[in-house]
Amino acid sequence: MAEITLRVNGSEKKVSVPPETPLLWVLRDTLELTGTKFGCGAGLCGACTVHVEGAAIRSCSTPVSQLAGKRITTIEGLGANGLHVLQQAWIAEEVPQCGYCQTGQIMTAAALLANTPNPSDEQITQAMNGNLCRCGTYERIRKAIRRAATGGAVAAGGAQ
Amino acid sequence: MSPLSRREFVAAGAAAGAGLVVGFYLPHGMRSSKQSFSPNAYVRITADNKITIVVARSEMGQGVRTALPMILAEELEADWKQIEIEQAGASTLYGDQTTGGSASVRTTWDPMRKAGAAAREMLISAAALTWAVPRSTCAAQNGNIFHAASRRQLSYGELAGKAATLPIPTDVMLKQSKDYKIVGQHLARVDTPSKVKGEAVFGIDFRMPGMKYAVLSRCPTIGGKMLSFDDKESKKKISGVSHVGKISDSAVAVVADSVWGAMEGRRLLNVNWDDGPNKELNTAKVMDSLKQAAGKKGASLYSAGDVSKAAGPKVSAEYQLPFMAHAPMEPGNCTAYFLGTTCELWAPTQVPQDCRDSVAQAVGLDPDQVKVNVTLMGGGFGRRLEHDYAVEAALVSKAVRGPVKVLWTREDDMRSSTYRPASLHQLSAVLDGAGWPVAFTHRIIAPSISGQKGQPGPNGIDPDLPDEAAFVYGLPNVSLEYVLVETAVPLGWMRSVYALQAGFASESFIDELAAAAGKDPLEYRLHMLAKDQDIPFFTTTWHTARMRGVLQLAAERAGWGKPLPSGLFRGIACFGCFSSYVAEVVEISMENDAPRVHRVVAAVDCGQVVNPSILEQQIPGGVIYALSNALRAKITIEKGRVVQGNFDDYAPVRMDEAPVVEVHAVPSTESPTGIGEPSVPPLAPALCNAIYAATKKRIRALPILS
Repeated sequence: MAEITLRVNGSEKKVSVPPETPLLWVLRDTLELTGTKFGCGAGLCGACTVHVEGAAIRSCSTPVSQLAGKRITTIEGLGANGLHVLQQAWIAEEVPQCGYCQTGQIMTAAALLANTPNPSDEQITQAMNGNLCRCGTYERIRKAIRRAATGGAVAAGGAQ
Repeated sequence: MSPLSRREFVAAGAAAGAGLVVGFYLPHGMRSSKQSFSPNAYVRITADNKITIVVARSEMGQGVRTALPMILAEELEADWKQIEIEQAGASTLYGDQTTGGSASVRTTWDPMRKAGAAAREMLISAAALTWAVPRSTCAAQNGNIFHAASRRQLSYGELAGKAATLPIPTDVMLKQSKDYKIVGQHLARVDTPSKVKGEAVFGIDFRMPGMKYAVLSRCPTIGGKMLSFDDKESKKKISGVSHVGKISDSAVAVVADSVWGAMEGRRLLNVNWDDGPNKELNTAKVMDSLKQAAGKKGASLYSAGDVSKAAGPKVSAEYQLPFMAHAPMEPGNCTAYFLGTTCELWAPTQVPQDCRDSVAQAVGLDPDQVKVNVTLMGGGFGRRLEHDYAVEAALVSKAVRGPVKVLWTREDDMRSSTYRPASLHQLSAVLDGAGWPVAFTHRIIAPSISGQKGQPGPNGIDPDLPDEAAFVYGLPNVSLEYVLVETAVPLGWMRSVYALQAGFASESFIDELAAAAGKDPLEYRLHMLAKDQDIPFFTTTWHTARMRGVLQLAAERAGWGKPLPSGLFRGIACFGCFSSYVAEVVEISMENDAPRVHRVVAAVDCGQVVNPSILEQQIPGGVIYALSNALRAKITIEKGRVVQGNFDDYAPVRMDEAPVVEVHAVPSTESPTGIGEPSVPPLAPALCNAIYAATKKRIRALPILS
């Protein structure tokens, strides 16, 4: 067991867990932040994506001991003041079907836009290719990222 | 009719076994009151003007929590913004609650409409009584009843108390499609905001106080058994491991305070397995057994004319498909709380009633002592038509006497699953002098899913197979046969089930015939569909005109026949299943002998479209799922064990391989039919037909990139 202080979504959280525990399970089981999903446990599907110091990482394959004091953002903390522009775009483009992978998709996309505010199609593909979606929503994910990048998230679509 | 008491009404409904169950429903312990109006099991209106619609099918991404309430709200003349959705658990009130076979909309279309219309008529009566005016002068609109002459109106909430005292009509008028205000609209799905915020509760996310987590060590060899296990290391080295125990002949559960603890406990668990009778089983042997069985006489699935009497040049080919895994994003899981005389489940399941019954049997309770709550599912694709996860969770909860969530890892899901059956297809056709087919034979040699599950149909034909192997071309001589092969490999229903295999073989072969005749593949198909014919085929009567319609629409929108830029090639295919018709045109280029799919144009005739937004999600969803299947999906078995384990060796399509998918629906006011699965079968043949157009090489075995 190790006592580790994590900085999750702007607050400090002390956890007592085996140091090799992947961040995913600390988020889900210990901190009850279940928006981050388990898909493969091997960094292959991206469902568990969160930000550490602003970079998208796979929480299923990152031991929590590496993260003491580091700034961690999960889907629950992405939109500090209401919905993040990507979440708005995801709603406007009606991206989710089952929705299970979408929080991971959004976290990957948010890290992309933070570094590359207006990504090309190729940059979108390159950034998003580690995130699997078995419902096949890729085309809408691409559209939602473009919408968010061009500032059109709030305006259109998904009415009713 | 004379007013029935609620109790009599329930009895009458149960006795009739009717599709529309009009029992008085009191969900979640709610009690009837003058403030609440609930004329049937699907809708409840309260004095605060809230309308709750109950969804008795499971949401796995296909949009039932939006589409089914839309149907009821339409007839109710409700304001869609008033509607709240409630998920039904396993119940006797709703008939068969299985979510599968692209059936949710098509089988609840009538009950949901009638439930809404009955409530509407009672609200109209309540208003007429309140105002002491004739019913005919009152009208329902947008959640209110209006009396135009006196310009009075009352909301449904205001009328709920009075409506609840009125007799339930048995025969109601349903709206004409031209008057629809909700059905047919692009309404946003009700579950989207919670899903993008991470607030949606999938099965894996459900938690309760005191809940422990369990992972299971299952025998890696199909049909093997546990001999003994040693849990000393698990208990000594992993803190939080509270229980290790056998829960079936072939599984040991490791229970801990956290998922990680349970996983680590399992990693250190030492189990001695008896590999059992299948330790030499491998995929090559299964495929050999299909080839050996191909010589046997088959059972007839469908027959028209007499194929043996057709004379002319004959064309033959064999196709084959591998085992495949569903691989939904959310791995298997279920939470159970066994309390001696009751057991409650929180299950991401397509079969709440099967979960209830199987759990009851497994833990020694009566079915009505098992309560099943249905959670959201992170994909289903048929995997959650099984209920192994529920039985496991209940058994572990019984063993530890507390609430437990059983969680499968990805490797568990890949290796201890049920699989789409491998199959072999023998096709032959007799052509006339002009190259048109006059006889068509398709022999399907495959194991039976239902048969393996103890429900073989007549002549060993899986009861699902005939409807999923329809041949919608109106040829004079047709023979479809089935040869049953036994296998030890566990089988399951995977998105579009046998239609994927039948469609791949049949629509690829039609392309071969067109090539043999030197004709355009679209023209060839249209010629076979030229005459308007009704083709009765088990539970569905197919219409050549509707298949022609989707082919023409897809071809027109894809620009079939128009020149393509250099290096691009097209293929086309069409198939009918789950009572819907889909045609797809696939555009590809070839890069290093592998196809790259750029664009798929899909045309669908699924009758009345309830929500075009959901159609525009489901059709591309099916296409991408089918593309994953076509390119790489293959489960292989060596020494009785599944080889593939995760998304590296069972690799679905990612963004870089995903084409643009265009969806076009044939306008229709026919009753709605399936949309979840019918876009799957045409994709692989259309793709392989495009590969033929590009390379003149015929792909006769999936996956393409094997």
